[in-house]
Amino acid sequence: MDEIDRSIVNTLQVGFPLTENPYADVAAQLGIDESELLNRLTRLLDEKILTRFGPMYDAQKIGGAFSLVAVQVPEKSFDKVTEVVNSYPEVAHNYQRDHDFNMWYVLATETPVQIDEVNRDIEKRTGLKVLNMPKLEEYFIGLQLQV
Amino acid sequence: MNSVTVQQASGQGQDMNLDELDRKIIHATQSGLPLASRPYDMIARRIGITGDEVRQRMLNMQQQGIIRRIAAVPNHYALGYKGNGMTVWNVPDERISELGPLVGALDFVSHCYHRPRYLPDWPYNLFAMVHAHDREQALLLVDKIADLLGEADRGHDVLFSCRILKKTGMRLFT
Repeated sequence: MDEIDRSIVNTLQVGFPLTENPYADVAAQLGIDESELLNRLTRLLDEKILTRFGPMYDAQKIGGAFSLVAVQVPEKSFDKVTEVVNSYPEVAHNYQRDHDFNMWYVLATETPVQIDEVNRDIEKRTGLKVLNMPKLEEYFIGLQLQV
Repeated sequence: MNSVTVQQASGQGQDMNLDELDRKIIHATQSGLPLASRPYDMIARRIGITGDEVRQRMLNMQQQGIIRRIAAVPNHYALGYKGNGMTVWNVPDERISELGPLVGALDFVSHCYHRPRYLPDWPYNLFAMVHAHDREQALLLVDKIADLLGEADRGHDVLFSCRILKKTGMRLFT
């Protein structure tokens, strides 16, 4: 990552305009041309320095639901359980963490009832108990990490 | 007409209507914006409306909070943030609405939520994500939160992520 990559990451974390020619507008702001911005953005995504780029939808406001789910997975079956959990399109993120509860996944579903359906299905397929921890209240979201 | 009416979770009493075109825009953009010049025109052609209409509808959705923002999501690890800890706290339920915003306002906390306990396995009800360059630095941040909470901290833990198993973002209307 060079200076230009850093400025792209910092700028695009904050936001992206709804203008006719947004890449050209952001590129001008960064002092590069549109094709360079597009090439670099494509590479940052390919190299997984950025994991996504686009509108962040609030699932709850489009009638869906989010939940964080914790599972205690035995080490020996970790890969197998990962495969099962990741196979659901409703699983948006999944992280391994250093703890007895070593798997934490985020569900984003179209309807609230699907949260329970997916969790029950995962319990059935893995034989493990999952703890559903939907947010009850949100206090802050959206820190940007400067590089 | 297939239309979804959504009650706002925050209870502001306003219903939001998403019509078929909004849903098509969501479907066309939820995995990302096209990486090409005039991306909104490109989405518009797929849906069969004008670029102006796509932008106007996305602006409306942004104003209603349906779109939180249009932005890039970084991989914390790739940016050198290797101490990514989910800190979890057991605080008295009657004080959480007062304490949650204080923790959320700290400049190293990216997300802060009240979530349910599962006794006896899981006593923690306040979650705050902290990001630092390494675990040692992250633990200093945990101490800062503990200082802030004082005697309301009835126990806490920090869970470091050691591997991203999946990170695709949500896929609705698929």
